[in-house]
Amino acid sequence: MIAGTVDAIRRGELRARDLVEECLNRIAALDGVLGCFLTLDGESALERAARIDEELARQRRAGGSAAGVAPAGARGGEVSADAALLGVPWACKDNICTRGLRTTCASRILEGYVPPYSATVVERLEAAGAVLLGKTNMDEFAMGSSGENSAFFPTRNPRDTTRVPGGSSSGSAAAVAAGLVPFALGSDTGGSVRQPASFCGVVGMKPTYGRVSRYGLVAFASSLDQIGPLTATVEDCALVMEVIAGHDPRDATSAQVPVPRYREVLGRDVKGMKLGVPREYLGEGIERGVREAIDAALGAFEDLGCVVEECSLPHTEYALAVYYLVAPAEASSNLARYDGVRYGLRVGAGDITGMYSHTRRQGFGPEVRRRIMLGTYALSAGYYDAYYLKAQKVRTLVKRDFEEAFSRYDLLLAPTSPTVAFRLGERTADPLSMYMADVCTIPVNLAGIPAISIPCGESEGLPVGLQIMGPPFAEATILQAAYAFERATATAPWRRGVGSNG
Amino acid sequence: MPISIAEVEHVAWLARLALGDEEKQLMAEQLGRILDYMGKLREVDTEGVPPTFHALEGMTVPLREDVARPGLSPEEALAGAPDRVGDLFRVPRTGETEGEGA
Repeated sequence: MIAGTVDAIRRGELRARDLVEECLNRIAALDGVLGCFLTLDGESALERAARIDEELARQRRAGGSAAGVAPAGARGGEVSADAALLGVPWACKDNICTRGLRTTCASRILEGYVPPYSATVVERLEAAGAVLLGKTNMDEFAMGSSGENSAFFPTRNPRDTTRVPGGSSSGSAAAVAAGLVPFALGSDTGGSVRQPASFCGVVGMKPTYGRVSRYGLVAFASSLDQIGPLTATVEDCALVMEVIAGHDPRDATSAQVPVPRYREVLGRDVKGMKLGVPREYLGEGIERGVREAIDAALGAFEDLGCVVEECSLPHTEYALAVYYLVAPAEASSNLARYDGVRYGLRVGAGDITGMYSHTRRQGFGPEVRRRIMLGTYALSAGYYDAYYLKAQKVRTLVKRDFEEAFSRYDLLLAPTSPTVAFRLGERTADPLSMYMADVCTIPVNLAGIPAISIPCGESEGLPVGLQIMGPPFAEATILQAAYAFERATATAPWRRGVGSNG
Repeated sequence: MPISIAEVEHVAWLARLALGDEEKQLMAEQLGRILDYMGKLREVDTEGVPPTFHALEGMTVPLREDVARPGLSPEEALAGAPDRVGDLFRVPRTGETEGEGA
């Protein structure tokens, strides 16, 4: 869909400015209820799109196309006329830094923060001609599974506004599902791209750890965080991945592994592909309707000629406990930087220690405070070995389960979430019940492997997501399988709500 | 099982997080419940299992040439400062001072 839009813009059949205007109008009409955006940058977006249109028109008059360049606007440099995302509007999760544009992490502590630099992914998208419309709502510092932990306002699920959109990339998933933007970026530390993609009925990918640069992503849990795209279709996901993936010298953990042309594998036959279905993901706690949709999806893969077999990842039941020790421990260290000294909120209270403590009390919301406490506890003297180190050892066993499985299977299939989108307020009183929403997505982050969530059916009229997991750097295989499934189910009745942005 | 209020206060101090009395109580209960759940990790035999601190093993981190590169200007770096004096961040005093102090 995005590729067709870019072609139309390049040929002059569609004006980039009109497309931006259409998105802004849709946002004006719908976002009062949905709450996807924390900051809009409409004027800059219109200007940038208009400049792209003018430059393309000038080049058409001059009879050339590849030689010229279009100026890029406030951020980023020049844009080539053959840029992959020329004139395509997008939205960015508000924990990814955008030079000159407020970046809050949906937290009071960063309410007025304007970054002096852009994340590498933002620079890459701008160099590819994409037009940033604004910053999307999220759970504060990406800590949450429903979008309700935003310090400002919750986001609502476009499919049913009494339901949560999932989280923490709540605004990005809902914005794509509602057709407010063709694509958005999110970040995934324990499922924060995939789970909201599942709840909202869109495509969301968590790439291999190190595949996409984290430079400029506000750190939550540095050994788990990855940036990933939210899109309406698998092809759009592949296109955005081609632009954002790749080595970045500014991120020491970014991998020096060549980036395939992901779109080239789309449409390739999946016959004979070996797919494992870990039984631990379909046991207790999985809603019946979710289970039925997943079973139907497994049938569709069999019809495509894949070998689908049950398998086992025996340490799955420990992954949630591992995650909720490791991630808060890393977060408690990363969030130590919010101390009221260099940027963000400052609350004066006596000497410097009083200033630190009161700034952090007023600046952080309840879930962030809880995780800082949990992580500090797990790292503190006397508990480090019993909790943090123990968790990191069990993490090794979770990872080995995957290595063992991928010695026999090309990919693994599972639900993205044990339930469909739940109601606002349903889980806010009990942190542990909220944490359970991530039970199917967390093991992937602990092992550092890539996974995608794609719409695969409906339960109670709400979208169900299929999760496809692969070995490190197997994004191309994942996309190939996801695309084959998307094509095979193109006319399924549950598709009516999917990719409504036409 | 809730953790003790004294433990909550100690951890809050380590984290430089001021907590009200009611929140200390709530934290003691909620952290206790969460840690009870974590207790299930004790079931797992990890004898001889190395910890995984990084998701991908064998990733080498190449060093760059040790040459100066442009960074943020002082003005950019200080643009978000809650309080500043010239090119410096200003903070409240750092502890007990006598006479002129430091």
